[in-house]
Amino acid sequence: MSDLDLTVLLASIVAGAAPIVLAVLGETLSEKGGVINLSLDGSILLSAMVAFVIAYQSHNLFLGFAGGALVGAMMAAVVGLFSVFLGQSQVAVGFVLTLTARDLAYFLGNPYARLYGPQAGTIPVPWLQDLPVLGPIFFHQSLPAYLSLLLIPFVWWYLYKTPMGLRLRAIGEHPEAAYARGTNTRAIQFWYTVVGGLLVGLAGATFSLCTKTGWGRPQGAEGTGWIALAIVIFGGWHPVKTALGAYLFGFLQIMGIHFQGWWPSVPAQVFQVAPFPLMIFTLIVMHLAQRSSARTSSRGSPWLRGMVRILSGSAPAGLGRSFKPE
Amino acid sequence: MRLFTENSLPRELFTRGFFIAGGAFCLTSLVLLVAGAPPWPAFYHLFVGALGSWSKLAQVLMVWIPLTLCACGLLYSFRIGLWNIGVEGQVVAGAIASTAVLRFGLESGSPSLMIVMAFAGGMLGGSLWAILAGFLKTRGGVNEIFGGLGLNFVAQGITLWLIFGPWKRPGVGSMSGTELFPESLWLPTILSARLSPAGLVLTVLALVVAAWVLNRTRLGLALKGIGSNPRAAYLHGLNPNAYFVIAMGLAGGCAGLAGAFQVAGVYHRLIPVISSNYGYLALLVVMLASYRVWGSPWIAFFFACLNVGSIQLPIVLKLDSSLSGIIQGALVLTTLLVYALRK
Repeated sequence: MSDLDLTVLLASIVAGAAPIVLAVLGETLSEKGGVINLSLDGSILLSAMVAFVIAYQSHNLFLGFAGGALVGAMMAAVVGLFSVFLGQSQVAVGFVLTLTARDLAYFLGNPYARLYGPQAGTIPVPWLQDLPVLGPIFFHQSLPAYLSLLLIPFVWWYLYKTPMGLRLRAIGEHPEAAYARGTNTRAIQFWYTVVGGLLVGLAGATFSLCTKTGWGRPQGAEGTGWIALAIVIFGGWHPVKTALGAYLFGFLQIMGIHFQGWWPSVPAQVFQVAPFPLMIFTLIVMHLAQRSSARTSSRGSPWLRGMVRILSGSAPAGLGRSFKPE
Repeated sequence: MRLFTENSLPRELFTRGFFIAGGAFCLTSLVLLVAGAPPWPAFYHLFVGALGSWSKLAQVLMVWIPLTLCACGLLYSFRIGLWNIGVEGQVVAGAIASTAVLRFGLESGSPSLMIVMAFAGGMLGGSLWAILAGFLKTRGGVNEIFGGLGLNFVAQGITLWLIFGPWKRPGVGSMSGTELFPESLWLPTILSARLSPAGLVLTVLALVVAAWVLNRTRLGLALKGIGSNPRAAYLHGLNPNAYFVIAMGLAGGCAGLAGAFQVAGVYHRLIPVISSNYGYLALLVVMLASYRVWGSPWIAFFFACLNVGSIQLPIVLKLDSSLSGIIQGALVLTTLLVYALRK
């Protein structure tokens, strides 16, 4: 552990977790409106492939990122169309899409596998990068990492401090009531799902153009979508807490390499499944924390009380339900 | 979300089938054209690759067996309205359990008994893994989708740990899996050593049992009742939570059998991708079969043909073998669309 500089570690967490932060923020937006976009894993791979191919062909990184975002938005639009407007099961559509998009990415991306393409390098912020400690961590990053850092407070502000955010949360909690108040629930659910998908697409593009550059089978981003879905729950559908969850996961991923030095018999992949038991544990705590007996019994211990408070959070009440205005 | 209604006319079914097949065909052709590949040769080679010879057909059936076993399990969990995405992990858990039994039986005097025990162990392992997800739902308030998904990755992690740790090959562990079992512990096969009659019998048996339980027993009626209206079933004196766990146990048992088959009949060892994604694929199979018992084996057969037929695509046409997954996904997507539009 002695060879590990804390500043370097934190900087690499911010860089490595950038795509996951983008994906969890996107998913938080659509789930706050009541739509589960289960196609995350496939969407990330497909948008990673498209972003790489476009950037490779056009030698233009921005076109690549735009292409990736567009693909993510289109996938989300399919989920939105089927679930919000056609009343099909969100889980069914999302699940089929995630499998299909993954195969589509492998199939169409096959000729572009293992090619050397353009990469988004770090762009230090002038002056700010010279700050001690904070400079190398936050101001010596790539563009998607800056975007992920800026989006965390923005999404929080948007959801909790603006009328639009309030309206979105109202739809997610109780679509019937929101509809009765005169909100066009379906259109809003659809468009937030699309915007969420846009961020998911950017996450995919960040993988293939920035953190795990290039395309191949496997690309290296496989499974991230499922992890992002788990982290949204882990963070209790709160943008700041989900982002922290993403950073925790980034930390675990980097530490996995170091843990391996300590226990050489355990392969690195074992550490990558760590978020899943954590997610299940959090869900159980969230469930138990809603019982009053849990609150009374945890009152004695500040540790327990704190843990229950941090981990408690509830899903939008209308999550996963398709609402049909009469 | 049932796709077929019970009283749909044959003519309407035919129309829908036409639109579904046509839609999926157009989507897949479009993908092929985007990839710069001519559609007709691709479809031709898919067909020949799957059904071109007896040995290919045997290969298809060897995929059909675990796929149909998973589908059988999912019929129970879908009937009660559960989205058992954890089926993938249940296959892995079954495979791990049966590998453990076979390792234990390496010095045993009667290998055939050990193979039977391996299947029993696989069923138990898959069942326990599913019951864990069931209890997470009923006791821990963890939705079965996320609980199951989490357990899938945990099962995957355990497999990797076993392959690289306690069960590693003499020398150094590798992604190629554990040491191959001696041939006496392989599931017997016929037809140039490629087809297992015992597996076929087991799968047909699982289908018959599923049909009988779901359509002819009180348990099946209870599952259906809770699946269509949990509140009404509860008021009727049924305990939904108990039945959730029972349905998961049955589903996991079938998935565990599929895992045992993968170990004892196909790979003869534990490998990192032992489930071959058949659990996830079986979810699509059952959706496309509109959650019916006797639709599932045919759809599973068609999907198995696509999987086997696509194996030679990279060699013949320089296309990635994931084309089969695109066709399967396109079929389910168009099905959802057609049934949403022609309600």
